[in-house]
Amino acid sequence: MHKTTKQRTNVDWFLTVLRVTSLAMIAAGLLAFAAQIIDSNNPFARWANPDAISLTGEQFQGLVVTGLAQGAMYGLIALGYSMVYGVLGFINFAHGEVFMVGAMTGAITSNKLAEAGYWESSFVLCLMLVVALSVVVCTITAVIMERVAYRPLRGKPRLIPLITSIGVSFFLQNCVLVLLGSTVKSYPDLPNWLTDKRTFLEIQGSKVLVLAVAALAMVGLWYLVEKTKTGQAMRAVAEDAEIASLMGIDVNRIIVKTFAVGGAMAGVAGILWGLLFRSVIHTTGFLPGIKAFSSAVVGGIGNLGGSMAGGLTIGVAESLGPLMILEPLGVSGPSQLRDAVAFAVLIIVLLVRPSGIFGERLPSEERT
Amino acid sequence: MRRFRFSRRLAPRKGTFAWAFAVLAAFSLLAASCGNDDDGPAVVDQAPLATATEAPAADPAPAADPRGDALGDGSLGVVTVPTGESIQIRSLNAISGPVAFLGLPNQRAVELAIADYGDISGFSVDMGTPLDGLCSSEGGQAAAQTIAADEQVIGVIGTSCSGAGVAAAPLITQAGMVIISPSNTSPALTSDFQGNPGASYNVGYYRTAHNDLVQGAAMANFVFSELGIDNAAALHDGDPYTQGLASAFRNSFEELGGTVSGFTGINKGDTDMVPALTELAAGSPGALFFPIFQPEGDFVAAQAPTVSGLEGTSLLAADGLLVDDFLALTDSVGMHFSGPDTRFGTNTNQSTGQNADQILAAYTQAYGEAPSAAFWGHSYDAATLLLDAIAAASWVEDGDLHIDRAGVRQHLNSVSGYSGITGTLSCDDFGDCASQKITVLYHQDSEDVEASKENVVYSYP
Repeated sequence: MHKTTKQRTNVDWFLTVLRVTSLAMIAAGLLAFAAQIIDSNNPFARWANPDAISLTGEQFQGLVVTGLAQGAMYGLIALGYSMVYGVLGFINFAHGEVFMVGAMTGAITSNKLAEAGYWESSFVLCLMLVVALSVVVCTITAVIMERVAYRPLRGKPRLIPLITSIGVSFFLQNCVLVLLGSTVKSYPDLPNWLTDKRTFLEIQGSKVLVLAVAALAMVGLWYLVEKTKTGQAMRAVAEDAEIASLMGIDVNRIIVKTFAVGGAMAGVAGILWGLLFRSVIHTTGFLPGIKAFSSAVVGGIGNLGGSMAGGLTIGVAESLGPLMILEPLGVSGPSQLRDAVAFAVLIIVLLVRPSGIFGERLPSEERT
Repeated sequence: MRRFRFSRRLAPRKGTFAWAFAVLAAFSLLAASCGNDDDGPAVVDQAPLATATEAPAADPAPAADPRGDALGDGSLGVVTVPTGESIQIRSLNAISGPVAFLGLPNQRAVELAIADYGDISGFSVDMGTPLDGLCSSEGGQAAAQTIAADEQVIGVIGTSCSGAGVAAAPLITQAGMVIISPSNTSPALTSDFQGNPGASYNVGYYRTAHNDLVQGAAMANFVFSELGIDNAAALHDGDPYTQGLASAFRNSFEELGGTVSGFTGINKGDTDMVPALTELAAGSPGALFFPIFQPEGDFVAAQAPTVSGLEGTSLLAADGLLVDDFLALTDSVGMHFSGPDTRFGTNTNQSTGQNADQILAAYTQAYGEAPSAAFWGHSYDAATLLLDAIAAASWVEDGDLHIDRAGVRQHLNSVSGYSGITGTLSCDDFGDCASQKITVLYHQDSEDVEASKENVVYSYP
C-alpha cells in the first residue's frame, strides 16, 4: 500500500473495484433486509428475491447470541494462534486439534462423572473439574507439541515449522481416531438452567455461560500478559528474542509458557464447545481451527484483543450474513454458504484493511 | 484506551501471508482429499492375474457346447477363473469415519452370505480386502478405480451411501462389472418409477434398498394424514441422499395438498444450526423433516427447540439417524423416523435357506455385536443375488470356470419374485429390486433404544 509515488497501477484499480463491489453488495443486501423489516410489501424489499422472508425480533436476537457464542469460541482458539505467532512468527496449524483434544477430554470425563452420578447432583463442581482436567490435558499436549515438533526447528526458515504444524495436526487427529474411535462422543445432559431459555432476555443459559467464561478468560490473559513478569518476558521475546535473552530472559522457557497458555485457552474453548454443541468427533478441530486462524488475521494477528474481536466478528457475520445479506439478494440455500460468508469476511477485511482490524501498519523499512 | 499486545511488529509482513494462505489452501485441499489414500494398496488378491478377460469370438467352439444353458452373449467379455483360484467379488462400503455404523454391517452380511452360499461349480468365492467408500464421492471414486482395475472382479456389493454410489457406479459398470447396493436410496441412481432414468443411472447398477421416492411419499403421507399437519419444512445437508429424500418428501407433501414452507440445506461439518433453522422458522412449520446423519442431526435436534418459531414443531428424520448413539440422546425423544421395514419375521433367503433370525445369530456370534444399522438384510440379499447371477452365467470348461459378464446382468434383469430376507425382490428396468416397504417409528425413551426401534406406528404402502 505504501507507494512512493502517487501513481496507481492496474492492480490498485482492480483492488479498488473489488472493494467497492463487495461493500456495495453488502450494503444492497442489508438495505433490502431493512426494507423488509420496515414493510414486507414495499417494492425494494422484494426487488431481488420475491420470496424473501423477514425475521422477528426474537429470531434476530437468537442469531446474534448464537453468533456471539460461536465467535467467542473462535476468539479463544484464535488467542493460541496469535500468541504463538507473536512469539515465534509462525502459524501453528495444529492448534485447532489441541482444541479438539480439550473437547474430547471433556466428553470422556463428563460421561464418567455422569455414570458415577455426580454430574447431576453437583454440576458446578463437576464442570470445574472437567474444565480443569481439559486445561491440563491441552496444556500438556501443547507443551509436548512444542518440545517434540517445533523446538528442533527453532531458527529454521518459518515455512518449515509451518509445514510441520500441518503434520502435527494430522497426527493428533489420527491419534484420537485410533485411541477413541470414529463415533460421535456426546456430552451428558445439562441441567435445565443451562438448556432452557432464561427469562433474562430469553437467552439460553449455556450461551450466557460461554460468553461469561470467554470474557473471564480474556481478563485473565490480559492480566497475565500486561501485569506479570512472565507477561513482560513474553512481550520482550516477541519484540526481539535475541535481545531478550541478553537481558537474562530464558527464551525457551517463555516459548513453552506461551504454548502452555495457548493450550489452556484451547482447553477452555473445548469445554465451552461441549456445553454448546454437546458432541465431539475427531475432526471437530479442523474447521473451527481454520476459522479461528481467520479470526486472528481479521483482528490483526499478534494482537490479543484483536483476536477476540475477530472471532466475534466472524461468528456474528456467519450467523447473520446468510439471512441478512444473501437471502435478500436472492441467493438460494443461503445457510449452506455460511462458511463462505466467514471467509468472505476475511477477504473483505484484508482488502480494506490489510493489517486486520486492530493490526498496526508498519513503515515499510520494518517489514522484512 | 490501551490495547494489550505482544509487540509493535504486529502487522503482517509482506510475503508472510502470501505463503501462509497458499499453505492454508493446500491444507484444505489435502484435508478434502486425504481420505482417498486410505485404502492404499487395497486390492490384495494378487493371485495370478494372467487370466484376463477374453473375447467370446476367441472361444474355440467344441462339438458339444460346454456353456450349457449359461446366460449371456459374451458382449461384455468372459472372465476365466483358473482351477484352484477363487471367483472375485468385492465389498465397497463406508467402513471408517462417522458413517461406519452403516457400512460395517453391510460388509459383514456379504461375508456371511458368501459363507452360507458355498462354492459355485466347485469354485470358492473371495470378497478380497474390503474397500472403503467413506460415504463420500471422492471415497467412492477412489475405491471404484481400484476395483475396476482388477479384471477378475465380477461384481461389487456397495456402496453404503448414495454420494459414493454416484461416483462409483459409472466406473464399475463401464468395466463390465455389476454393482448392487444394499443401502443407496437416492432416486437419481435408478429411476422415478415413471420410466425415466435418474440423472446418475448406469446400466449394470442394481439395488436391494428402497428408492427414496417411496420413503419420501411414506413420510409425507404420515405427516399429512396421520399427524394431521399441513405445513412442513425440510432440511438436507447437500448430499445426494439427503437432498433426494428431502425433495421426494417435499414433492409428495405438496401433491397431497400440504404446504412446504421452508426447504434449505446445511453443510456437513456445520455445528451451529440456528441460522438454517431460523430460515425455516420464518414459515412456522408444524413439522420439520431432516433426513441427515450424525453429528449434524444431533445439533438440529438439540437446537431446533431453542429457535423462536420452532418450539412446538414435530421433528422427523430418516434411517440415517436411526442409530443407537442418536436415539440415546434425550433431544431425540419424541421424534419419528422413517426407514426400511425391518420386520423380517420368518422371511427366508431362497438361495441359502437361512432366515433372518439365523443370520442375526450368526452375525452376533461372528462379530460380537448386533448390526448397527438396518441394511444388513438388504446386503445379504444383494450378495446372494449376485452369487446366483454368477452361477447362472458361468460354466466349467477344461477345469476352468468361465463367467459371462453380460449373463450376470441378464440374470439380474430377470429377477422376479425372489424370496429374500427383506421380502420379495423383483428388479425393474432401472435396477430397483427392493420390496419397497417403509415403516415410521416413534421414539419414546432414550433409555430403551431397542424398544423404539420396534415401535412401528405407520407402514407404507
